[in-house]
Amino acid sequence: MGKYRVLPGPEAFLPPSAACAGIVLPDPGQGHINGEIVHEDVAMEEAAKQFLMAKVPTVFPGPLVLWNWNEKAAKKATAIKALYDELKSHNPGALLIPMPDYRPKYPKINPEVEINPNHPNLTIWHNKIDVCMFVGVHCHQANLSLKIIRGGTNCYTIAMCAQAGHEDAMLSFRDATPEKIWKFVEAVRKAKASGVYANPNGVTVSKA
Amino acid sequence: MGKEKIKICEEFYDIMPPEYRELVDSSTYGKEGRGWKDVGVAKELIEEHSLCAGCPESIAFRYVLACLPNPEDTVMVGSTGCTSLVFPHVAVHNIHSLFGNQNAVASGLKRALAHRFPGKVKDVVVLAGDGATVDIGLDMTLQSWFRQEKFLTICFDNELYANTGGQESGLMQKGFVSKMAPAGKKFDKVRLPEIAEESGCHYVATLTVSKPNRVEKAIRQGVLIAREVGPTYIQLYTPCILEIGKQAMEGLQEMRDSEGPNERFAFKEYISEEAKAYLASLEKEKKPAAIPTQG
Repeated sequence: MGKYRVLPGPEAFLPPSAACAGIVLPDPGQGHINGEIVHEDVAMEEAAKQFLMAKVPTVFPGPLVLWNWNEKAAKKATAIKALYDELKSHNPGALLIPMPDYRPKYPKINPEVEINPNHPNLTIWHNKIDVCMFVGVHCHQANLSLKIIRGGTNCYTIAMCAQAGHEDAMLSFRDATPEKIWKFVEAVRKAKASGVYANPNGVTVSKA
Repeated sequence: MGKEKIKICEEFYDIMPPEYRELVDSSTYGKEGRGWKDVGVAKELIEEHSLCAGCPESIAFRYVLACLPNPEDTVMVGSTGCTSLVFPHVAVHNIHSLFGNQNAVASGLKRALAHRFPGKVKDVVVLAGDGATVDIGLDMTLQSWFRQEKFLTICFDNELYANTGGQESGLMQKGFVSKMAPAGKKFDKVRLPEIAEESGCHYVATLTVSKPNRVEKAIRQGVLIAREVGPTYIQLYTPCILEIGKQAMEGLQEMRDSEGPNERFAFKEYISEEAKAYLASLEKEKKPAAIPTQG
């Protein structure tokens, strides 16, 4: 059996965790792409490329950054909004969908306006999201969501994790600070400026 | 604390679903004199719930949440039961303990909160059914009272194990026949309010939830006395309409029928001397100082 790679799904109903398949977390200064440990800068370039090539690039901010519970959260929120603005200016189809909390929402959620960790696939399917990034989601809920997404959708997942990273994402950063998110914004700007990645929706975006 | 900790980051305010914006803009956190009249207008007080239509427990649950004097700094400890289905929908901290362990968990939690947040008011409220309070968890319930742990214990007494099909519980009335106790209960309903009084509780109340004003007063007194004096206990009759063969609209009448002067849920209240003195001091603080007269 070949080495396991964390790739976009749909993999299977209830896929095993990537950790069970031998994927390990990156060390400080590193990230991983499809389970391969790489330098963080390489991961940033790849994440920027995936976002710019996506038809519906989406940022999912979680409770740790949606709620203004400390100064750091507010700074991260500013950086995340800047990231979204960069994506939106490249591709008007970009989305910013919140995950305000983790409670199961019954009888239904509105997949147009929010994502829930207990059935994230509904939001992915409804909005036809092909690349997404989780940021500010507590690790255990992020792992749950990332696994469900990998199991049931073909969405490429990126985790901007404030702790040790996520094996279950296709690309993961670790130790996310406001500065690191800004660094990623810069990586996106740089990739955009290179002109290599055309807007996949073919829409001309005029500069304001 | 009030609402200062419950703020949305400015950048994300417009993308938050409306119910979260309303929670921040118009919740009752930090509001003086919050009470049962906020039910139906405040988001954090269960707008939607997953209990049966007409369930008296859902009414009781709303009143309890609406009447907590300090909800943003309150942790509720519960155990498995119908209420555990509602807690995920509520914006109040909750710990779901192992069945029957709720008073032991609350004891540790209360002490830890006092250690972690010295000088700050942190309330702990146990909310469990009669099975968890009186049968399986009786040891933990009584030991917490013996130790004078400072939290309120609320028992939602529906007189049987409702969500497992209607088994007999210690608080079931004598002679009652339920689906899973076809021979009828052979002994009397356990008199936990009297036991609570003897065990050192400073406030004990037995009532139904048919009168919201009365429930509000009991809950507030229970929390405030527990905060300053010692353990308190409130037993609320919340009949399971499914298990006693009632219709959705008959729960309220069932409670009214059970609270007559000689019925098992006639309103009873015990307040220790120490607690009375504390309540009197609170009243005194509320009243404006007398205007000094000349001469």
